[in-house]
Amino acid sequence: MSDDLDELYQQVILDHCKTPRNFRVLEGANRKGEGYNPLCGDNYTVFMKMDGDVVKDITFQGSGCCISKASASLLTDSVKGKSKSEVKELFKKVHDMMTTGHVDDEGVGKLAVFAGVHKFPARVKCAILSWHAAVAAVDGQDGPVSTENESN
Amino acid sequence: MITDTTIPTQSKKIDWAKLRADFPILDQKVHGHPLVYLDNAASSQKPRAVIDCVSNYYERDNANVHRGIHELSNRATTAFEASRQRVATFINAKTPDEIIFTRGTTEGINLVAQSWGSKNIKAGDKILLTEMEHHSNIVPWQLLAERTGAKLVYIPVTGDEGLLDLSKLDQLLTPEVKIFALTHISNSLGTVNPVAELCERARKLGVTTLVDAAQSAGHLPLDVQKIGCDFLVFSGHKICGPTGIGVLWGRQEVLDAMPPYHGGGEMILTVDFFKTTYKKAPHRFEAGTPDISGVIGLHAALDYLDAIGRDNIFKHDQELASYAYDQLAQLQGVRLFGPKIGRAGLVSFLLDDVHAHDVVTVADQRGVALRGGHHCNQPLMKKLGIASTARASFYFYNTRAEVDRFIEVIREIQKFFGA
Repeated sequence: MSDDLDELYQQVILDHCKTPRNFRVLEGANRKGEGYNPLCGDNYTVFMKMDGDVVKDITFQGSGCCISKASASLLTDSVKGKSKSEVKELFKKVHDMMTTGHVDDEGVGKLAVFAGVHKFPARVKCAILSWHAAVAAVDGQDGPVSTENESN
Repeated sequence: MITDTTIPTQSKKIDWAKLRADFPILDQKVHGHPLVYLDNAASSQKPRAVIDCVSNYYERDNANVHRGIHELSNRATTAFEASRQRVATFINAKTPDEIIFTRGTTEGINLVAQSWGSKNIKAGDKILLTEMEHHSNIVPWQLLAERTGAKLVYIPVTGDEGLLDLSKLDQLLTPEVKIFALTHISNSLGTVNPVAELCERARKLGVTTLVDAAQSAGHLPLDVQKIGCDFLVFSGHKICGPTGIGVLWGRQEVLDAMPPYHGGGEMILTVDFFKTTYKKAPHRFEAGTPDISGVIGLHAALDYLDAIGRDNIFKHDQELASYAYDQLAQLQGVRLFGPKIGRAGLVSFLLDDVHAHDVVTVADQRGVALRGGHHCNQPLMKKLGIASTARASFYFYNTRAEVDRFIEVIREIQKFFGA
């Protein structure tokens, strides 16, 4: 595999896409965010149990490509225990990293594996899809969100 | 009246490698690998003859058409109308007046749905489509149905092998159907539909027919008299022509009874402050300055294709597609779509546990341009229980060596994702 591909499909990403974590419906969830990418049909629902401002538990369900599934899986790991404002802050850093390749080491932790996505403009939407759904969920928005406003 | 309707059918020895050299874009590396362009069903590449024709037009003859009196305008108009004549010959239309230039297949269908539809469709009427239609042959009819209260009905697709289930035809094709619009070749399955037989059955019931030839024009000989449809639409960019130009053919008596589509210059006879009279077809449907360079470039594309012979092109593409299909079928964990026998020049497939977009991303890094997604066939994908497929689609400049390279890359992808 070439360097760019290895950077896109890092071992961590392959692992999370083959064995996604927190991949189930969440019993007792009080928030739900849906992400849909009309380009490829990728479709995820992020379930959250929020206690006040804090994400107590988070899971996801749905189908899509390796990048979108691994991203959703790692998202659930990263967001658990964070407050609404922390989730949104992290979203900004992740978004910045996926579109520019710039990694904020302190902020993104193991999500840094998605920095390689910026070299594949058509795949940024895949990687960011579940993040839009998670932000919609912490904001308490109902209904699906899509990545259509993401520029390539 | 056009008399030159014969399409050469004799098999001649064709130097495919020499033809390939006519396409400057193919001679390049992508991500360090020789480009293998297998996304021809989305858009074909352009031969030097078409590129030169368009640039010559801009360098020597560019002016607005039809209204000018000066030399350049005369040249542009002559070349523009010569292309209309050429298109008429290309599909065996009775007269160039039946040829309307559009922006592409999509606009052609929208034109018919809006203009013909507004006059001929009313509440309770049925519009018959098939489950394998592209969104562009579904959505315009949905809009028409919403406006008028008409109902959409669909001929089902049999499953992964992607044939029309014609056992239901007698129940579906009834006198309540006012228009039957169907694709000649499916862009995601590669199915070649028996359009002549279906149009004949529709005609016996007085049903108007539209054939979407986006995937068949430029890929096989096309004769609207033999097909027996009332409308036929296709795009230029899929058949070596420029983007932004397409063709709607309609039977003259049907076109003449249709109200205008867009209003504006070029389509009028007289304009008063409160009343306008319109030209006859085709100009009635060509408001505003048209895509002149596109029309002229299309002429060059049609000349280029017919110098090869569309029957030769079809045979060549079919051979590549069957070869690719057979190679894929020999791999483990591959689900193939579309008919095994008699397919057109494309193959749609899925790898177990590898999403189509991952297949396409990795293939691209190896220089192989595929398409992955729903191919604007969302209802069909839903019916087949999938979200997307990966697709390799061929044209006459593709080679067996490119199919081998494609298969090699697919093996590598399977290994990489551990499928």
